[in-house]
Amino acid sequence: MLQGGSPFRIFDTMKIVMAKPGLDGHDRGAKVIARSLRDGGHEVVYTGLRRTPEEISRIVMDEDANALALSTLSGAHDVLVPRICELLKETGMGNVMVFLGGIIPDRDRESMFSSGVRAIFGPGSRTDEILSFLDEANSRVESGAPIGVGDGDGWRWN
Amino acid sequence: MELMDQDSLLKSAANGNRRDLSRLLTYVERGIKLNYPEKTHPRKSSVIGITGPPGVGKSSLIGRIISYCNSRNQNVAVLAIDPSSPRSGGALLGDRVRMESADSGELVYVRSLSTGGNPGGLSSSLISMIELLSYCGWENIVIETVGSGQSEIKIVAFADKIILVDGPDRGDIIQAEKAGIIELADIIVINKSDLPGAIKAAESIRSSLSFADEKKSPDVILVSAQMNDGIDEMMDLVENCDSPDWREKIKIQERLLSLWDSRLLSSPSLNRIIDELQTGSISLDDALDKLAR
Repeated sequence: MLQGGSPFRIFDTMKIVMAKPGLDGHDRGAKVIARSLRDGGHEVVYTGLRRTPEEISRIVMDEDANALALSTLSGAHDVLVPRICELLKETGMGNVMVFLGGIIPDRDRESMFSSGVRAIFGPGSRTDEILSFLDEANSRVESGAPIGVGDGDGWRWN
Repeated sequence: MELMDQDSLLKSAANGNRRDLSRLLTYVERGIKLNYPEKTHPRKSSVIGITGPPGVGKSSLIGRIISYCNSRNQNVAVLAIDPSSPRSGGALLGDRVRMESADSGELVYVRSLSTGGNPGGLSSSLISMIELLSYCGWENIVIETVGSGQSEIKIVAFADKIILVDGPDRGDIIQAEKAGIIELADIIVINKSDLPGAIKAAESIRSSLSFADEKKSPDVILVSAQMNDGIDEMMDLVENCDSPDWREKIKIQERLLSLWDSRLLSSPSLNRIIDELQTGSISLDDALDKLAR
């Protein structure tokens, strides 16, 4: 079906790349989130498992995504997440918003946020909370406030 | 969305800057027209359309086409289309997952598109996206349609060559007797040739085509994307087949229809007219007259 083109589509939604970096083969959680973002009106590009930071930043670039959702359960977030954030900044994609899901121990949260992550959704998070987060991010964009991984300013969701 | 400095974006994209190409593709996707420098003579890309029912392996096959082109030092850009949710307008775009060769190397560019992300309809923005990719020097452009039924002939509007993909386990071969995309395909590929039933499926399609005009009927070949079997033969056929003359006419007709759709969908009064239709205050004919004005 190459038709489509709904006249009702308003662009207050995001194009979001959802990726699982590194050696982590469990993506049930990522798929549930991807579906709920879709139902919230967003476009989600799912990349599949075991992507390298280089592949992920490349996909974000090719897709011209507004946001990157990373899901990690393997415990390697403290290496992979800062690396991905750095790559985005280095390649001119500092305006892309990064948020995180999966198992992130409390002691690591601060370092994730200081890499440029704007929200962390651990086990038990509600999907409607994630959608509210994206709504707030969008209204920040409209008012010219930064949300990107390279924008600084300290705004975070949780 | 900032609209500044389209010219320099275009220049930089044509010089190989992926980030700027991506940005421009978003503009085009959203219905913004680009102004190309006047003296540029159009570069010609080869545009291959891949269509077929859901689950037959179109994305996996494109993964192989990427490797095929790259191993010959040719670049390839892929536009992969998945459906939008009619309810939320959102979409889950998963074609990349199957294209293992998509995420590295300078010789490949993959962009996922949804059917609903285009104010003027997908067809017209696809035509503009192909134009842009072509301008930026992408030699091969592959379009993957959403899993389609028999009547999806819109692909004719963009593609020079059309590959129809089917699988071994598609049951009732009476499907092949029905008219539609099967008549427009340049080649018909039965994917998953490593599974039982593939040879039988190919034979059935061949025999149903043999009742038609023999000289014009497309080749039917067996391929396995999974096992990387038959890909070279398939690409040889694609490069060397001559599309029938009458298809050019259908191509022009489909392009015209796409543009018509696009005008209709981007009309500022569309929403109001749909509301009026819903309340029953005007008829469909009235609505068309109003839109055409």
